[in-house]
Amino acid sequence: MSDPGPESVPEPLPASKRSDADEGRAARYAALETAAPTLDESALRRQTRRSVLTGGAASLVALLGWRWLQTGPDDNNIPVTLRRGHEFNEALWRRLSGRTAPTFDRSRSSMLRVNGRHGIGDEIDLVAWELTVLGPDGSEWGRHVLADITALPKVELTVEHKCVEGWSHVVTWGGARFSDFAALYADRLGSESTDYVALVTPDRGYYVGLDMASMLNPQSLLAYELEGEPLTQDHGAPLRLATPNKYGIKCIKRIGTIQFTNDRPTDYWYERGYDWYAQL
Amino acid sequence: MTTQTAPTTGGEAGTDHAAVARLKHRRVTRWTHWINFPLLMIMIWSGLRIYWADVRDPFGFGVGLIGWHWFDFFPDVINERLGLERRLARGMAFHFTFGWLFTINGIAYVLYTWRSGEWRHLLPDRHSPGDSITVVLHDLFIRRKPLPPQGRYNGAQRLTYTLIVVMGGLAVLTGLAIYKPTQANLLTTLFGGYETARTIHFTITIGFLVFFVLHLLQVARAGWPNFTSMVTGYERIKAPADAGQSRTGTPEAAGR
Repeated sequence: MSDPGPESVPEPLPASKRSDADEGRAARYAALETAAPTLDESALRRQTRRSVLTGGAASLVALLGWRWLQTGPDDNNIPVTLRRGHEFNEALWRRLSGRTAPTFDRSRSSMLRVNGRHGIGDEIDLVAWELTVLGPDGSEWGRHVLADITALPKVELTVEHKCVEGWSHVVTWGGARFSDFAALYADRLGSESTDYVALVTPDRGYYVGLDMASMLNPQSLLAYELEGEPLTQDHGAPLRLATPNKYGIKCIKRIGTIQFTNDRPTDYWYERGYDWYAQL
Repeated sequence: MTTQTAPTTGGEAGTDHAAVARLKHRRVTRWTHWINFPLLMIMIWSGLRIYWADVRDPFGFGVGLIGWHWFDFFPDVINERLGLERRLARGMAFHFTFGWLFTINGIAYVLYTWRSGEWRHLLPDRHSPGDSITVVLHDLFIRRKPLPPQGRYNGAQRLTYTLIVVMGGLAVLTGLAIYKPTQANLLTTLFGGYETARTIHFTITIGFLVFFVLHLLQVARAGWPNFTSMVTGYERIKAPADAGQSRTGTPEAAGR
């Protein structure tokens, strides 16, 4: 510690052994340092003391902040500050949003893995299935059988489906645009529509909430086909949500209820610490 | 930063007003450097939580990391419902909040380095590639050839410190490309698509870890005064005891 020599800097060659080119370079490098401030012995001591105190204080503040973040209050299973972080990102990207995801050639798509069975644990009778539509006050606006959805213009989309876990898979969905479905309720919704849509499985075991702008995106489908075949029960038969603009956690399988609402709906994975917006 | 510096020995030369230390790292450089350190650690730590969330992830980056992966991951599989999901959520939460701080700090560093002219010490020049080979061979004790002249940083340092800044920028951009592959899909396409952008992002992370290890080794090897200059900003150009002898590579410039 008493050796002040910066050992990283090699011993200079004796001037006699240097080439002219090296001399020139050394002089150029040295010229860069001529304007650098210098300190005398006592000033260096003051500067050292000041830096160590400042650095120590800053480290302490950082450590306390980190501890507070880890042990402080949670908001739906993540530290409240990080929840605000998600909300900040949501507010920012809502302004920038509105794009559609890239689409792919159909030949690139293949069958999707089954990654979650929340809310679809037991098989259901697909013939008996009905979709219930609720208004903001919870009153029933309508009921649908699958034929009502298949009667809407059919859209096929080959897109990259992405999971929060990190994997992605190119798949082909077939279904109706949610915007076409919502148009069935245009009279009730009025020109303002609602701010959010809540979608729930028949057993209420899985539930998602999406903002209306995301739902009205032309790539948001009420899907009844995967890879050209009717959905299997594992993949959410008879009707699920499919959108390449949200993570898979938002693509609820086996929709039982759709509610138009102005209150931000809760969401299965949001309650477990994930971003509510979950947009890609 | 928290380490106490011992008072310099032979510091009785208080009456001597000769310059004994010269500014090496400016204040903004030091702050952004030290702020970047924990931020990058948090980004890597939270990023690994996201990376590890997919058991079937096809990426493999060397035996070491895969070994680490399995060591850490198995307990989570056992406690799948409790541990794994929560950890991924926390990883994402930290990553997407602290990513902003990492980005802002990086931009501040780059802007400052550019505007202050500090880049002149840092960017590689035409000698740097050749110099860096000599320096690396020297540091590995393979060749004891006299080292080429250098400024504040040698050729290897210039290349490495510049590369690490470029990697930081690439980490942010590939991160954005996989964070918002729809909203930023031009960027995602530029990096070769979602999966490729992910691979680049993780490869850069490995690069950061390799740099970190080498950087620590080299700093340890360079010695205490070099380290303290990143705290105080000033590096000694004259020993406190024998003030007559300069120990730096550019004594002519220092002796004013």
